[in-house]
Amino acid sequence: MKSFRRKLIVMERIFKAGAINFVRNAWLSAAAIAVMVITLTIVLFSVIARATFNNTIAQINDKIDVSVYLKDDVSTQQKDRLVKQASDLKTVKSVTYVSKQEALEKYKKDNQNNADLLVAISQTDNPLPASLKIKPNDPNQLQELKVFLEKPENKALQSDETSYSGDRKEAIDKISNATNFIQKGGLVGIIIFTVISMLIIFNTIRMAIFNRRDELNIMRLLGASTWFIRGPFIVETMLYGLIAAIISVLICNALFSVSSTTFEASSLGLLDIGFANEYFVNHYWIILTAQIAIGIVIGAASSYFATRRYLKFKSTK
Amino acid sequence: MLMILLDRVSKVYGKGMSPALDRISLHVEPREFVIVVGSSGAGKSTLLKLLTREEKPTSGKIIVGGIDYDKLKDKEIPYLRRRIGTVFQDFKLLPNKTVFENVAFALEIVGTGKQEIRYTVPRVLDIVGLKGKEKRMPMELSGGERQRVAIARAIARQPKILIADEPTGNLDPKHAWDVVKVLQKINEYGTTVLLTTHNQEIVNKLKRRVITINDGKIASDRAQGAYKG
Repeated sequence: MKSFRRKLIVMERIFKAGAINFVRNAWLSAAAIAVMVITLTIVLFSVIARATFNNTIAQINDKIDVSVYLKDDVSTQQKDRLVKQASDLKTVKSVTYVSKQEALEKYKKDNQNNADLLVAISQTDNPLPASLKIKPNDPNQLQELKVFLEKPENKALQSDETSYSGDRKEAIDKISNATNFIQKGGLVGIIIFTVISMLIIFNTIRMAIFNRRDELNIMRLLGASTWFIRGPFIVETMLYGLIAAIISVLICNALFSVSSTTFEASSLGLLDIGFANEYFVNHYWIILTAQIAIGIVIGAASSYFATRRYLKFKSTK
Repeated sequence: MLMILLDRVSKVYGKGMSPALDRISLHVEPREFVIVVGSSGAGKSTLLKLLTREEKPTSGKIIVGGIDYDKLKDKEIPYLRRRIGTVFQDFKLLPNKTVFENVAFALEIVGTGKQEIRYTVPRVLDIVGLKGKEKRMPMELSGGERQRVAIARAIARQPKILIADEPTGNLDPKHAWDVVKVLQKINEYGTTVLLTTHNQEIVNKLKRRVITINDGKIASDRAQGAYKG
């Protein structure tokens, strides 16, 4: 019981000493914190950008369908067979039948502000074909569907060329490429800045050890345990991580509040700021917690290695 | 049980160099006051560094206070040092801490509670004759006073053994004698004291056991010895 109490007291003193060192080394700490802020901000932006692009892709994917236009003389039986067979394909998510009448109503609705067109279409028989809207599971995998639709018995039922939503696919490809690029770039950035952060913290601790070598040596000779000597350095760098994480989230916060008022949550090219902002706000606490955790781990790891390298505890042989 | 046992202990710092200590055997009983003398480079400091485990012996056996150094792991060294009080020639006080804080420091690192620290520190400062100087900084003290702060720090944890490495080396004769008197007092309270010194006058005045080391070997070991420099 007594030894447990002693351990608690020692722990408390290690944390206190770390906090005091942190305040004493304020200027030295500033550089370490600054580079850590950059690192954590890049991490944060990469995560948000990734989520945003994925969302954009998902949205576009959801809108993609393959329209199969049917000849007017296709019987109900033929239509039903086609719907059933198409639905049974593994790559197909859903098949919706749009009758001539539904197509006409939709056309009228879409063009309700264009009086000329409405007049023109009402003066003839319904010229619009019935169609099947086929939603694929994955717009990049249309091969099976294509083969199916090209079969002579199926081809015979179709009036126009099937639309494979070519332009949409291109947009998706573009976004996918951008996402890939941003992810890879983000990863490279994260790695580079994490290494820089660790080197700077490593060096900061090395200097702190050098500045206080007499004191540390006295502690060692008086019988301070390894952790009593190392602990404060590690606590100090964990504080760097904590503060850098908070700053990086605040920066992100500020950027979003500026950009969402400036651009009124509009889309900036491929980057949907509105969604990004929403994602950030909805995941605020988990993002903050994760950032703090990453910051603390980077800080603690760097000083762990620095103290291991520069504090010698073994007696010489 | 012996307090200190050295059995044919040798220490060689580098290959081809002559040994700093050459097959030294030594017994010290509990509560003894032992003075180790010898010219500089004779091996006195090496002997003390072996006892505090700053150095490992090249060969031989060391047992201090029942702890067999052969079985001591690196991570257990701090616990060994907590059982041995150490005083150095250059005091090794923390310059930015007060007298009180310097003594308290030895207790803080082992997890002593605040109350116990507030109880213990004034008492050990009283033993070394520094009552009332708790709030002074080391810079404001004379050399002799600083060394007595260091002694207070060394005995705050009530070690069984106090090792003093040339504690009077930087002091004038009057202050040196003050420090030695404190060591005597601590010995009377029951602590084994191992003192190294150059100072003939102190050795001759003390009339205690004197071990003379010369060229890494024990040249003489006399119960009430004298030292002729």
